[in-house]
Amino acid sequence: MRYLPLGPDDRAKMLGVIGAKSVDELFKDIPQKARITGLLDLPMHAGELQVERTLGAMAAKNRAAGAGPSFLGAGSYRHHIPSAVDHLIQRSEFLTSYTPYQPEVAQGTLQFLFEFQTAVAMLSGMEVANASMYEGGSSCAEAVLMAGRVTGRSKAVLSGALHPHYRDTVRTFCQFSPVTVEHGDPVIDGVEDLAGKLGPDVACVVVQTPDFFGNLHDYTKLGAACRAAGALLIVVVTEVVSLGALKSPGQMGADIFAGEGQSLGVGLNFGGPYVGLFATKKQYLRQMPGRLCGETTDADGRRAYVLTLSTREQHIRREKATSNICTNSGLCALAFGIHVSLLGEEGIRRLAALNHAAAVQLADALGAIKGVKVRNKTFFNEFTVELPGSATDVVEKMVGQGVLAGVPVQRLYRDRPDLANLLLVAASETNTDADRTAYVAGLKKVLA
Amino acid sequence: MKTDTVSGNRGLDLEEPLLFELGRKGRTGVDMPDAPKVASRLGGLEREGEIGLAGVSEPEVIRHFVRMSRNNYSIDANLYPLGSCTMKHNPRLNEKMARLPGFGDVHPLQPESTVQGALELINTLGHWLKTITGMPAVAMPPAAGAHGELCGMMAIRAAHEAKGDTKRTRVLIPESAHGTNPATAAQCGFTVDPIPGNERGRIDLAAVKAKLGADVAGIMLTNPNTLGLFENEVIEVAQAIHSVGGYFYADGANFNAIVGKAKPGDMGVDAIHINLHKTFSTPHGGGGPGSGPVAFSAALAPYAPLPMVVERQGRFHLIEHRGDKGEPGEKSFGRMRTFNGQMGMFVRALAYMMSHGADGLRQVAEDAVLSANYIMASCKDDMTSPFPGPCMHEALFDDRFLEGTGVTTLDFAKAMIDEGYHPMTVYFPLVVHGAMLTEPTETESKESVDRFIHVLKSLAKKAKSGDAQFFKDAPRYAPRRRVDETAAARNPVLRWTPPAPKAQAAE
Repeated sequence: MRYLPLGPDDRAKMLGVIGAKSVDELFKDIPQKARITGLLDLPMHAGELQVERTLGAMAAKNRAAGAGPSFLGAGSYRHHIPSAVDHLIQRSEFLTSYTPYQPEVAQGTLQFLFEFQTAVAMLSGMEVANASMYEGGSSCAEAVLMAGRVTGRSKAVLSGALHPHYRDTVRTFCQFSPVTVEHGDPVIDGVEDLAGKLGPDVACVVVQTPDFFGNLHDYTKLGAACRAAGALLIVVVTEVVSLGALKSPGQMGADIFAGEGQSLGVGLNFGGPYVGLFATKKQYLRQMPGRLCGETTDADGRRAYVLTLSTREQHIRREKATSNICTNSGLCALAFGIHVSLLGEEGIRRLAALNHAAAVQLADALGAIKGVKVRNKTFFNEFTVELPGSATDVVEKMVGQGVLAGVPVQRLYRDRPDLANLLLVAASETNTDADRTAYVAGLKKVLA
Repeated sequence: MKTDTVSGNRGLDLEEPLLFELGRKGRTGVDMPDAPKVASRLGGLEREGEIGLAGVSEPEVIRHFVRMSRNNYSIDANLYPLGSCTMKHNPRLNEKMARLPGFGDVHPLQPESTVQGALELINTLGHWLKTITGMPAVAMPPAAGAHGELCGMMAIRAAHEAKGDTKRTRVLIPESAHGTNPATAAQCGFTVDPIPGNERGRIDLAAVKAKLGADVAGIMLTNPNTLGLFENEVIEVAQAIHSVGGYFYADGANFNAIVGKAKPGDMGVDAIHINLHKTFSTPHGGGGPGSGPVAFSAALAPYAPLPMVVERQGRFHLIEHRGDKGEPGEKSFGRMRTFNGQMGMFVRALAYMMSHGADGLRQVAEDAVLSANYIMASCKDDMTSPFPGPCMHEALFDDRFLEGTGVTTLDFAKAMIDEGYHPMTVYFPLVVHGAMLTEPTETESKESVDRFIHVLKSLAKKAKSGDAQFFKDAPRYAPRRRVDETAAARNPVLRWTPPAPKAQAAE
C-alpha cells in the first residue's frame, strides 16, 4: 500500500516493544460482537491509475458548466479564477496544516486569516469579520441566532426575497432554539413592507441584496427603522462580486453581514466546499460565532498573529459557547483572499462592471424575444425572466441546445406552481458574446 | 523589535508585511478588458468611496503568499501528532480528482440529467460509508464534524417530537467530550448533563444508569474516547440509553482507530458523524474545509436532512424538498446548508477509500493503533500516562513526569517546536492534568516515529535535569517566539486599518 510505510518487520519490532503478541491484542477492548471478522464487503486496494479511471468515468458523465455556455446563479456563480490561486492554495504549508493552535509555527495561516478578515470587513463595509464560516446559508443562520443573543428577543423576520435555501437553513437552525422565524411569500418584484413587521419581540430582520430574484435594494431606511425598534438588520449577499459595484451592507447600516464568498477563488464544486462570510459591528464582537484572528506581539516584540477571544468558542465555553462551530473553511478563505489580493481595488471594480454589463446585454437580448419578459427594474449580474411556459421544461430543452440556461424558480419553490414560468438567469465575465448569441438562438428555437 | 539582521530576515526566513501594506494605487494582478458601455440597471445604488483593497501585481501576490506559507508547519514537512485531529498524509491523487472539471466545475443547481456522475459519486461514497459503519443510512450535507453533530442531534430531537415526546430535554455527555458536543446539544435546545469517567478512563456505566429517565433524549459518546481509549462497555451504554427510549449519538472524530476493524452499527449507535478530513484524509487546509457525513440507524434515518440522493432504476435523483407521504425526505428535519454537500471533499475521500480498499482501510486502523501504542510503550520510563494501555490511535500523557521540574505542558510543547515538531494536542482532554494527546497516524514510517520518540524522551530527561529556563525560552527557532495571547484578547485588533496621516503619526 503506497500510503502505508510500515512493513511486517517494522510491525513485529513495534509489537515486541509494546509486549503484545499480535495487533489484535491492541483491539481487545472492542467487544467481540462489534468486531469485523475478515474484511469489509468492499473492493480491495487500487493503484492511482485504476482510481483515476473509475472517478474519471464518473466525472465524464457530468456536463461541466464551462464546457459550454452557462448562465446559472441562484447563490452559486461561475467566475474566472486566476491560475495563481490554485497554485498557491496547494502549497503544502497551507494545504496540509491544521487550525493554528500553535501560533509560533502557524503564522502563515494566521496572517492570511487576518488579511481575510480585513478584506471581508472592507468589502462588506463592516467593522469586524471572522475567519470564515462553512458557507452562506449556515452563516446566515448563525447571524439570526446571534441576533437573538444580542437583543434577548425571540422573533426573526425574513424577507420574502431571501434565498429560499437560506430561509430553510435559518428555519432548521432555529427550530429547536428560542427564536421563531417568520417569512413572507416570495417577493419577485422586490417590494415588501418589512418595517411594518417590526415589534417589541423582533430580534432581527434578514434581507438580501441583490435579492434572490436579482433586485437591488438600499436598506438604509429599514436599518434605521430596525434601530428605532431595537432589532438588528442582517444583510445577506450571495454574490460577493456585487460588492465591487454596489453600496455595501455596512454603508446601509447593517448590524450583521452574512454572505457567500464562493464567487472569489473557490469555484462551483457542485455546492461545496464554499466559504461563509460573517461580519458585524465591534460592539457585538463577543457574541460572534467562529474563529477570530488578532494581532499581537511575540516575546521579542515582533508583530505576530494569534487566534483570539476564544472564550466565545466551544472548546472553552462548551454548552455556553456562541456556536458549536470548530472547523471552518480555512483553505477556501485562503483562495478567496488570494483572488481578492490579485484583483485589488481596481480589479474588483472592473470585474463587477464586466459582470453587470454582461447581464445587461443578456437581459436586453432575452427581453427582445417574443413572449419573454425581464421582471427586474434593477439587477447586478442576475435577473428573473418570465417565460411563456414552464421554466423547468425550457431549461431541460436548452440542455439539448448545449446551453445551461438558468435556474427555474420552482426548483426552489416546489409548492408554488404560480412561479413555474420564472427563470433565474445569471451572467458573468466568463460569458462571451457567442455564449449570449447561442442562448438567444437556442431559446428562440425551444420556444418556437 | 529585536533582530540581528538589517532586514529583519534570517536566511530563508523572510519577513513579510501585510498585503495592505504592500499595495500601491493602480496596481493589479488581473488583466480584464473594459466593460462594454451599457445602460446601468444598478438603480443609483453604485458604491461610493474606496473599498480600501490593496493594489498588488501577480509576482508580488505570489511572493507574499509563498513567504507566508513558509511560516507554517505542515504534515507534508513532518510528523504532526495533533491528537484528535488525525493529521495523516494527504495523497495528491485526491487533489487531482477533485479538480476534474466534471466534479469541480459543476453548478449545484444544474439539471439532474447533466449531473448524473456527481450524484453517482455521492451515492457511491454513501455506500462505502454505510458499509464501513454498518449503518443503513447516511446523510451527506454536513460541512464538518460539528455540523454533523448538529445533524445527528437534530434528527434525535425530530424523532422524539415525531412521537409526540417533547419532554426529553436532557442529553448525557461525558466530561471528557470535545467541546463541540455540549455546544451542539445546547444549540438543539437540550440541557447538558455531564457524566464522569471511571478510574479506567472510560465512561462510568453506573453513573449513566443513575442518570437515566424519561426526560433523557440521548447520549453523546466519543468512541474511541478523547483519552485515546475504547469504551469497552459501549454496548451496555447503548442498551441503557435505549431502555429509556433515548438515542445514542457517537462522535466519530476518532474513527481512524477502528475503520475496517469494528462497526458502530454493531454497537447500538443511532447516529455517528465521520470526519472525512480526519479518517479519510481530505486536507485540513489550515482549519477547514471539512466534511462530516452522518450515518444513521433505521430509527433515525427518516429524519435525515435535505437534500439527499436516491437511485431509481439506474438514475440518480436529488431530493431537495420534504417528500409527500411515504416518499424520501417526508420526515426530514430540513435543510442545514445552502447546497448539496462538500463535493470537493467527497471526491477526495472516495479516491482515498478506493486507493486503500477493504484491505488497506483495515491496515490503516491497525498501523495507527500500533504506532500510538509503540510511542506509549517507548516513552513509559520517561513520561507518564494517566491510564494503562493498550490505547487506540492516540497515546495520552499527563504532566506528572514534569512534577517539580518547573516545566509545564505548554513549555514542553514549545520545546518540541524547536526540535522541528508540531506539538501534540495539549491541555485536552480537560479531565487530565496537563494533557498531551499524541496521534502519530498510520502514515509515519517506523524511523519517523523513532525520531519523534527520541525527541520526547530526551526532552523529558532534560526537563527532569533541572533546566526549566531552557523550556521557558522555547521556541527559539520558530518564525516567532511565544506570542502574547493575553494582549491580543485584551485589546482585539482584528483587521488592518490604514495608518494615520503622516503629520499625526510623527508625534
